[in-house]
Amino acid sequence: MNQPLVTNIQRYSIHDGDGIRTTVFFKGCTMACRWCHNPETQEFSAEPMLNGDRCGGCGRCAEVCPEHAISMENGVSVTDREACTRCGACIDECYNDARSISGRAYPVKDLVELLIKDRMHWETSGGGITLSGGEVMAQNMDYITDLMKRLHGRGYSVNIDTCGFVPYENYEKVLPYADVFLYDIKAINDDIHKEYTGVSNALILENLAKLGNAGARIYLRLPLVRDVNDSCEDILKVIDFLRKNSVPLLQVNLLPYHELGQDKLDKLGKPRHQYEMQPPTGEHLNELVQLFKQNGYQNTRIGG
Amino acid sequence: MEERGMNARVRMLRKQSVETQPHIYMERAKLMTEAYKLYDGSMSVPEMRATALKYYFERKSIEIADGELIVGEKGDTAQASPTFPELCCHTLQDMQVMNDRDLINFTVTEEDMKLQKEVIIPYWEHRSTRHKIINAMTPEWKLAYESGIFTEFMEQRGPGHTVGSRKIFEKGFLDYKKDIEDAIAALDYLNDMDAYSKRNQLRAMAIDCDAIIILANRYADLAEKMAAEETRPDRKAELMQIAENCRWVPANKPRTFWQAIQQYWFVHIGVTSELNPWDAYSPGRLDQHLNPFYTADVEEGRLDREGALELLECLWVKFNNQPAPPKVGITLKESSTYTDFANLNTGGITEDGKDGVNEVSYLILDCMDEMKLLQPSSNVQISRKTPQKFLKRACEISRKGWGQPAFYNTEAIVQELMNAGKSLDDARMGGTSGCVETGAFGNEAYILTGYFNLPKILELTLYDGYDHIGGHQLGLHTGHARDFKSFEEFFDAYKKQIKYFVDIKVSGSNVIEQIFAKYMPAPFLSIITNDCIKTGKDYNAGGARYNTNYIQGVGIGTITDCLAAIKYNCFDNKNFTMEELIEALDHNFEGYDRIYHLVSHKTPKYGNDDDYADDLMKQIFEYYRDCVTGRPNTKGGYYRINMLPTTCHVYFGEVMGASPNGRLAHKPVSEGISPEKGADVFGPTAVINSCSKMDQLTTGGTLLNQKFTPSVVAGEVGLDQMANLIRAYFNMDGHHIQFNVIDRKTLLAAQANPEEYKDLIVRVAGYSDHFRNLSKELQDEIINRTEQSFDDVPGSCC
Repeated sequence: MNQPLVTNIQRYSIHDGDGIRTTVFFKGCTMACRWCHNPETQEFSAEPMLNGDRCGGCGRCAEVCPEHAISMENGVSVTDREACTRCGACIDECYNDARSISGRAYPVKDLVELLIKDRMHWETSGGGITLSGGEVMAQNMDYITDLMKRLHGRGYSVNIDTCGFVPYENYEKVLPYADVFLYDIKAINDDIHKEYTGVSNALILENLAKLGNAGARIYLRLPLVRDVNDSCEDILKVIDFLRKNSVPLLQVNLLPYHELGQDKLDKLGKPRHQYEMQPPTGEHLNELVQLFKQNGYQNTRIGG
Repeated sequence: MEERGMNARVRMLRKQSVETQPHIYMERAKLMTEAYKLYDGSMSVPEMRATALKYYFERKSIEIADGELIVGEKGDTAQASPTFPELCCHTLQDMQVMNDRDLINFTVTEEDMKLQKEVIIPYWEHRSTRHKIINAMTPEWKLAYESGIFTEFMEQRGPGHTVGSRKIFEKGFLDYKKDIEDAIAALDYLNDMDAYSKRNQLRAMAIDCDAIIILANRYADLAEKMAAEETRPDRKAELMQIAENCRWVPANKPRTFWQAIQQYWFVHIGVTSELNPWDAYSPGRLDQHLNPFYTADVEEGRLDREGALELLECLWVKFNNQPAPPKVGITLKESSTYTDFANLNTGGITEDGKDGVNEVSYLILDCMDEMKLLQPSSNVQISRKTPQKFLKRACEISRKGWGQPAFYNTEAIVQELMNAGKSLDDARMGGTSGCVETGAFGNEAYILTGYFNLPKILELTLYDGYDHIGGHQLGLHTGHARDFKSFEEFFDAYKKQIKYFVDIKVSGSNVIEQIFAKYMPAPFLSIITNDCIKTGKDYNAGGARYNTNYIQGVGIGTITDCLAAIKYNCFDNKNFTMEELIEALDHNFEGYDRIYHLVSHKTPKYGNDDDYADDLMKQIFEYYRDCVTGRPNTKGGYYRINMLPTTCHVYFGEVMGASPNGRLAHKPVSEGISPEKGADVFGPTAVINSCSKMDQLTTGGTLLNQKFTPSVVAGEVGLDQMANLIRAYFNMDGHHIQFNVIDRKTLLAAQANPEEYKDLIVRVAGYSDHFRNLSKELQDEIINRTEQSFDDVPGSCC
């Protein structure tokens, strides 16, 4: 079985659903959002990362690389991502701990054992596990289903944090084991959606409607970028969509954009994005919260 | 500087308290010397000590500052620190250093120096307990002490670490005097061969009852005099009430909330003037003690919530007015702070096991929040029964970032106390004092004897017992590192060294304890500690109901990571040999990048919920505990351990070279049971899980520091989960957790511009302190403690 790769297991996650949660970030996504702040989770395959601040420029990595994929430029090591086979030889030799490979596979059993170490914290706080990414629903679904079945079977809450751009059958597979879906609408305006994420939102909205009608428990999450997807008009369209399709929501989370992905792009050796993006003002965010509340979505909050 | 306080009065008093420069107060030394010259040799030691205290209370200068509602100072004014030459006779050089040093300085005047030179030193130089202790210790003890293997708490200060109980509020000193006289009358000289010494001790207690009443009456006289001259009617009325209060308490049981607080404060002055006991003194479960007075006053219309809060705030100022006695030498290094560790416990449970949170508990939280003072250390006990509202209110204050309140686990405290032989009732009314030390409040002498440098002993073990920093053979010859064939062989050698030094430490403490029992009885403290009157014995001689000694283990994080580094790299994976490791340590890792990299980045470490490291932690913790626990002391009690450092982890690091875990030479070792700085990388739940693997219930307290960036605890969600984190840790039998919520940027700015951050208070180790008063090393250490921040992965992938 082709095992999905994990970039990070984040313990004490407190914005990924209820309570204290352990969030697993899977590698690989079906969209490529401009504002993505976990760019290392976009590609499905493992990637080399370099913490430039730590690199001492010793060149030992270049010496040991069997593919000669590393060269030294201006005293900092640079990896040819095409030539790199992700063998990891350079990591062991980097005495400054500047090199790493993002993406590690875990046998399901091992991952479960690792996750349930925080059982006491979940039970005390009403938390659990959140599977995120990247896009968890675009991974090997046999693996994901198996993982969720085991965790759910032991009585733990499993949340799915998803962008919605996957075949609906993937959701059907996990429905019996999922506690809450943290479901994103990146933009209701499809032109904007295409421009900022690279894909149409048609499938996303369709899946949301289906999930809602299948009885899924949904927290709707709206990433908001100033003057891109945060107008009152857009938000009313979202509400209109939810109403027309009878999508029940347990919670609405407004997530103001923040600038955090650039640093990781540097580490991946990828170019920084050149877009100027700003979060909505606090005042406007409160206005949007009120808009949801006025339309019956009392459980609306800023942040996850 | 920010002005705080609920009203103009409190703001003024608080301002005085925080802005007055701490200074030496010589009047006590002068009057005690006079008294010793008059009485020493003419009566028994306890009676002489009590008579001297009475002599002092009859004569010491007193004042009532404008606006004060609670009166009484240990010295003449706020921030005055009496000296105790009978314990530690400072040299002129000591006095000069106290005055001149950059941190924790005390102003010493020319006149003070003259008095010290002409009167104090000639009399006390060879009479102080410090002198007696140093003379009585063996060469092995002295060498280990000077090399930083352990410290000695009683070298400059009296045994204390104790806390008052409800008893203080239930009786006046006239009532105690009656109890004492009854006990004297009941002495059986025919059959009890100790009757004579009991008589002396009891008589001393009776003299001290008089002493404290005399002091209170002097305050009453002064208040009356001031009232007569006072033109402002409001203040005149207050002074009249102060006079009435001081006439009534501490002679009699308090009748009102105001008198109850004043009663406690006289007791505090009594205990901390008699000797300079560690951790000063504390009313302990103040909310429990004051609630009956509060309820009665409110019902009878004498007091409202605001009035009660004002009185509490006035008490807070009083605590903060008392800096710790000036310390010098190693004792300064182990506890480098003005804080005197008067530690209040709010919340917890009642004697009959019900939830202990009451109206005064919330008042105390409001008071600590408003006052934001170093003293009293205001902390909370959280039990399973504690309402979430109380816990969240405490979290709300804690996340403001200055380290108070810290959180103690009531169920753990009760089990720890019962585990150490206390009754259920006494355990329920117990708590933690000083930093985190468990005690049966009002019933126990629990004496901390000194910090114990576990990492330094490992260092010696690597060098066949030789201290390469000091340049002498310090430990046993247990073989050189290169010759150990297995990790177990090495570990056994380490254990032998630990036992060797515990033996030395305990032998020394058993002598020191006798010196205090013989020369420095504490009859005043004995009056209010059960069962000293009943047994006719002194607090310092086994008179308390329970008598426990502690040795505080330091550096469990460092030691665990060192053991893991050796086991993982030298034996399990054979990445390098012991010989190569020693070579790297000898060079402080310079030129040994590979070894440094492997031990720093590629070795399992404590604090990450990784059993490889955590199992080693358990092994060494259990060995150390079993090596100490159960050894008898001279007072009929036993030795136990607790795991806390105050500031000693900095000093213990200074005396060490580089460590196998990648810690560089002379850098601090880990503090409390917290992981080594930067070693924990999986967040707070992993830290908590690691710490929970230690059987904390078999200790007398552990200390865990968690540092968060403000964003992690922001908002309602941050608050809820902070509360849940505490609950989870306590469900797993964690003893204590405290939080620093200040971002690294702020700390760096404060280090660069101390003047602009005069108000910045941080949690150090079981207490809070002004950041600017910390040494550069300690500041760096706090900056470098792992900051649990998850800013880079907040929530979903959007």
